[in-house]
Amino acid sequence: MSPKDNFVLPDLPENPSRRNFFKSGAAAVTLTLAPGITVMAFGGTAASAAGADAGKRWGLLIDVNKCAKDCTACVTACKDENGWAGYGDPEQNSQWIRKVTMRNKATGHETEMPVMCQHCEDPPCVDVCPTGASFKRVDGIVLVDKHTCIGCRYCMMACPFKARSFVHEPVNNQKPHAPRGQGTVESCTLCVHRVDKGQIPACVEACDATGHGAMVFGDLNDPASDISKALASYPSVALRPDLDLNPGVRYANL
Amino acid sequence: MKRLLTIVSLLFAVLALPVVAQDSGWRYGPTLSEASGDPHPEGNEYMRKFHMELMKHDRDMTLRDGEREIDASLKQCFDCHTVKDERTGDPVTYDDERHFCRTCHDFVSVKVDCFTCHRSTPEGFNEPSPLHARLLDLGASPEFEMVESFITSLETSSDQ
Amino acid sequence: MERTLYREINATQGVWTLAVIMVGLVAIAGWSVLYVEHHGHAVTGMNNQIVWGLPHVFAIILIVAASGALNVASMASVFDRTAYKPLSRLSGILAIALLLGGLLVLVLDLGRPDRLLIAMTTFNFSSIFTWNVLLYIGFMGIVAVYLWVQMDRSVHPKYVKPIGIVAFVWRLILTTGTGSIFGWLVARPGYDAALMAPLFISLSFSLGLAVFLLVLIALYRLDDRLIGDEIVARLSHLLGIFVAAAMYFAVLQHVTNLYAAEHAGFERFILFEGGVITTLFWWGQIALGGLLPLALIFGKLPTNVPSRAIVASMLVILGAFAQLYVIIIGGQAYPFEIFPGYEVTSSFFDGAIVSYSPSFYELALGVGGVAVAMLATGVAVKVLRILPTNLADKKS
Repeated sequence: MSPKDNFVLPDLPENPSRRNFFKSGAAAVTLTLAPGITVMAFGGTAASAAGADAGKRWGLLIDVNKCAKDCTACVTACKDENGWAGYGDPEQNSQWIRKVTMRNKATGHETEMPVMCQHCEDPPCVDVCPTGASFKRVDGIVLVDKHTCIGCRYCMMACPFKARSFVHEPVNNQKPHAPRGQGTVESCTLCVHRVDKGQIPACVEACDATGHGAMVFGDLNDPASDISKALASYPSVALRPDLDLNPGVRYANL
Repeated sequence: MKRLLTIVSLLFAVLALPVVAQDSGWRYGPTLSEASGDPHPEGNEYMRKFHMELMKHDRDMTLRDGEREIDASLKQCFDCHTVKDERTGDPVTYDDERHFCRTCHDFVSVKVDCFTCHRSTPEGFNEPSPLHARLLDLGASPEFEMVESFITSLETSSDQ
Repeated sequence: MERTLYREINATQGVWTLAVIMVGLVAIAGWSVLYVEHHGHAVTGMNNQIVWGLPHVFAIILIVAASGALNVASMASVFDRTAYKPLSRLSGILAIALLLGGLLVLVLDLGRPDRLLIAMTTFNFSSIFTWNVLLYIGFMGIVAVYLWVQMDRSVHPKYVKPIGIVAFVWRLILTTGTGSIFGWLVARPGYDAALMAPLFISLSFSLGLAVFLLVLIALYRLDDRLIGDEIVARLSHLLGIFVAAAMYFAVLQHVTNLYAAEHAGFERFILFEGGVITTLFWWGQIALGGLLPLALIFGKLPTNVPSRAIVASMLVILGAFAQLYVIIIGGQAYPFEIFPGYEVTSSFFDGAIVSYSPSFYELALGVGGVAVAMLATGVAVKVLRILPTNLADKKS
């Protein structure tokens, strides 16, 4: 249940001349509830103006073969987009996305790939959050509601991917679309502010710009989307498949 | 009993002061900085009373439902309500007591919890680092340095 | 039959001295909390690898001890061991006080302790944390009723047993909840085991009784009241059995892990290569906290009963601290196994064993929690009729 369900907006004074200045009345609520049963469920990657769409499930496919060694374009782009470059201790700084180098113990083969919030279908962080601040949107994006996060860090204990960070110091000069602050937990938002506007996440855009094209973003529920076609045509894995969390982020050629 | 009555009536007199003052034309309360742009159609009294309800409601819609076609966002407050420093011409942050939100909130002693996570100036302005972070980095005051060195000495002795 | 008279303790100089020390420790803790809240957790030793640190070790040790401290009362009213009846009031008071101290530490270490109200009003019922919040509050309420039923002469004694049973069952569920905070975490190799719940319960039995024994003897000595060797020897013997049980579960935990190849790396870390963690495990938890108390109690090493009980209790508390440090810090210091079969490196310490050095603030907060618990117990026995005036052995 979202908090808006039991919210009663105070009455406006008589005849406000700009009535729809706040679209927070009953009309907007109907708008967000309605799209789940409209044709917008089959809209490719274009997001609807009415917000998160229950018919979609956003996901990422990362082709490990195409991910270039020593390329950190996705990490830099995420830092710039969301403003999480910390100024403290590297052990205490946040990392929404990181490049992981893996060496096969048996063969010595090395690969690199980005790891971020895997946007699980059954996210352990959401299960363990005592206040419900950790939540999953209807379109599968897992977020932290920093308005109700008390900073207990239980989600960080529960996340199998080490995707979450705790903000250890006072912060300011945040990006307007990516609020973050002392004493709360944060993680990759799949650039939800861009996705809601029909754009792709900053990391994917940066990866495309380098020409590597190792990241594909799209709707996993839409069989016609690039990501679904790619997933159907060649093998891919989820991290920690043993946990059966069904992450929205998949890795190919791992 | 008589003393109690005196105290109570004095208390009432003090409470009535602002009302009397308001009648005589002098408005009791903080001095608000001038805003630019069109006034709120709902009226200032309405906004003063319900701005938090509006923002709180819309923040949940934005965050939880991804509804971004909302005009009542916190960042839009700064379109009209940014206070600029007269000398530098830069917008003041929430650390500054002239900040628009602080003029009223300091006056009524109500804590604003927005700016621990949200920026308190319009997009594009490069906010200086917060006061306590600066203290932590530079050890600006002698008292602070004293406390710091005391803690460090305790820490090093406990490490061994 | 002799009647047991319960009386408030006298404000001796010793009592006052201890109270002043405790208030001082609480004040230092309060200052530390404000300091950390102002500057953020950047000033602590905790980081994005070790997300739960020393405050959590203290908080959990207090919470586990709280449920264990109630056992003496349970023994009297649930299992009809009348010898423990005169001690059940202190048992209840200590349980509430320790829980209070533990919760305070937990809450004050939050990133946003100012949002406690949110934690108390916004619940997510799929979270074991939420259930624990309710279990803790319920525990305090039930134990308060339990105390009232015992202390109010106008309440018929027949109610003591049913409420005692409710309290006993509740405390078992509560410790199950505390253990499950770790037991239900699938993410980390050191946790994710149903065994965590019984392990925590067994630990609560030994730790709770050790704390109870120490507090009991200390209060009697402070107020120059008599406490007989017989009751102390009985409690010590019981402590020995509980220590053995706690060791059994700890051994079982590690042997089970050793059997599974996937946990071999984690066990190698804890048992052999973990540095401080390994030292704490073998010396703290096993040798000083387990074997030595057993030798003292069953080998009847110091001939003097009270000193044997005091030394054994202190060692058990030390051992429990070591055990929880190994579980909480050790469990986080060992890297995640996101990519089994690979050697992993990254800028975010993937695949690396991380170290933790607690700061003064964390220690001060933890010690402050213990001080709150002791202070609350002290105030309670000073203003309420908790302690029997005489616990000397009956002359035969």
